[in-house]
Amino acid sequence: MASTTAKLPVWADVVLLPLINVALAFLVSGLLIAALGQDPFEATWILVRGAFGYEESLGYTFYYTTNFIFTGLAVAVAFHAMLFNIGGEGQAYIGGLGVGLACLALDQSLPFILLLPICIVGAALFGAAWAFIPAYLQAKRGSHIVITTIMFNFIAASVMVYLLANVLIKPGQMSPESREFASNAWLPFMHEALAWFGIEVARSPLNLSLVWALICCVGVWALIWHTRWGYEIRSVGSNVDAAVYAGIAPARIIIIAMCLSGGLAGFVGINEIIGVQHRLLLDFSAGYGFTGIAVSLMGRNHPVGIVLASLLFGALYQGGAELSFENPAFTPDLVVVIQGLVVLFSGALSYMLRPTLERLFQRFAAPALVEA
Amino acid sequence: MAEYYLLAVLTLDATIRVSTPLILAALAGLVVERSGVIDIGLEGKMLAAAFAAAAAASLTGSVWLGLLAGVVVSVLLALLHGFACITHRGNQIVSGVAINIVVAGLTVLLGISWFERGGQTPPLPNSARFNAITFPGAEAVAEVPILGALYAELVSGHNILVYLAFLAVPAVWWLVYRTRFGLRLRATGENPAAVDTAGISVVRMRYLALVLCGILCGIAGSYLSTGHGAGFLRDMTAGKGFIALAAMIFGKWRPVPVLFACLLFGFLDAVAIRLQGVEVPLLGEVPVQFVQALPYILTVVVLAGFIGQAIAPRASGLPYVKEH
Repeated sequence: MASTTAKLPVWADVVLLPLINVALAFLVSGLLIAALGQDPFEATWILVRGAFGYEESLGYTFYYTTNFIFTGLAVAVAFHAMLFNIGGEGQAYIGGLGVGLACLALDQSLPFILLLPICIVGAALFGAAWAFIPAYLQAKRGSHIVITTIMFNFIAASVMVYLLANVLIKPGQMSPESREFASNAWLPFMHEALAWFGIEVARSPLNLSLVWALICCVGVWALIWHTRWGYEIRSVGSNVDAAVYAGIAPARIIIIAMCLSGGLAGFVGINEIIGVQHRLLLDFSAGYGFTGIAVSLMGRNHPVGIVLASLLFGALYQGGAELSFENPAFTPDLVVVIQGLVVLFSGALSYMLRPTLERLFQRFAAPALVEA
Repeated sequence: MAEYYLLAVLTLDATIRVSTPLILAALAGLVVERSGVIDIGLEGKMLAAAFAAAAAASLTGSVWLGLLAGVVVSVLLALLHGFACITHRGNQIVSGVAINIVVAGLTVLLGISWFERGGQTPPLPNSARFNAITFPGAEAVAEVPILGALYAELVSGHNILVYLAFLAVPAVWWLVYRTRFGLRLRATGENPAAVDTAGISVVRMRYLALVLCGILCGIAGSYLSTGHGAGFLRDMTAGKGFIALAAMIFGKWRPVPVLFACLLFGFLDAVAIRLQGVEVPLLGEVPVQFVQALPYILTVVVLAGFIGQAIAPRASGLPYVKEH
């Protein structure tokens, strides 16, 4: 790896190449839209306007962004240890269960200020617990973590259906949902929070979880690059043998990285359960875990990149919804396709253009350096 | 008693129908993983094939052209997987995830654009489907106690792809264990450097394995929309690709155990619905969700090494870099 990076300047490797890959994904998406007989430029315009055009849409965009930051960070932390956590979906789901159980048990007796930390801990603990078993099996028994986390996504789905349909369902109701929490469990919406300071914004599902997401970004940045755990995680990720030589126990680090990852994914439950829905219900984690993979790949596993990529996907989700209102040919499935193409080009094919770019740099940049 | 017997036979009959796509897809996964390529895109390939087969069958009226379209699309996706992770040494997991996501969106998007039915294809008439084949004498012996029902319901009365799936098991076994290609395939998955030293192209072996995988997944997907069902529904694979992946691991990458794993998982699927609200002796009422989750739980248990060791081909997941 080191020998190939040497040929490219750092900025080209960190900024230019990822941008080209994302641009390729969007180019292919544009061609697809044209192939469907629609105007890609008009679609882009509606999408951008739908995502950023007015206050309410901005609120929705940031609300989606919040979920993607959590799942993107989750994938990234595991990735630094070279672990592929595909289980963000299940961990987010079970994390939400942790939040919901805390609220159902305590919302009658505790004030918001005490309930909120319990919810946060609940989300992290439940998410981490759901990641712990695959992590333990990978660390101690060598079970492939990709496969076990996929299996745990499905198991999580079954567990949630069972619990909601049989145990937590509000009596006398058909749909599998819990009762609504008392209002002291609700995380304030952003429009409410800003109103305290006299700032009026349009109503949207955006809530204070966004603040927590940004705190998590700083936390992950500090953890990965400025703590001992982070150093050990990166060591195990870049070279297990060297890490063992340095006295690091990979099994322990695998478990730590995966539990952190699962905990971060679990915070989707904060945004969805006490932020928006105020009850426990089915499928609130729908697709966010998988999008986290795209976010993390695009953001190069760095919190800054992850925030930017989350914003892009938040805009795609919200703009895509707007687009399907305006033009029924564009169902929200278009966003799914774009998301898949981003994973393909930024992830699977991320090395494709590298040799070409290296040749270009050698031809045009290298002589300039020699002359200088 | 006869009533229960018929119920058992019918459950097994349903098991065979549900297992068929699992068997084909699991064998597909087996072939690529034996060459050292992990493919979690089985789900996406099946879904794409299901859509292509239903679309082609509905447009041309020929189920065989449908099957061909399904297989071609699935093979193309397999080649894309190869292009990303063999040619460009991309991450095999990421590539598989990408294919699954793209296909999940694209099938619906194209379906709406072409057929304007909310992502479904038009329902296929029987002339554009794989229909049940009644074996000679099946109706005549149906009334014979015990064996008659077995022959008429279980052996006879499936479509051709079901029989193909069951024939594919010995065929893949023979290919993997009894041919020169199979020996090279297994060697590529265990020790690609040795294969390379022997003058065999690792890249070529892996691409060939992917093409085979594409064909098998293509048949599995086509079965869903033109044999088992009559048209494409959005997300009609519903995790079957992952169950197949689980079955492949459960069967420890060997064709015959994989067949039994698929039959077990198919059986669980078939009885899950019948068990709803039924009191099982000793256990009491078993939640349907538990039965549905059982394939995944069992696979984790197997992976954890509590039922023998499940050891993947040694080089699986690693791109091969030729030394100069």
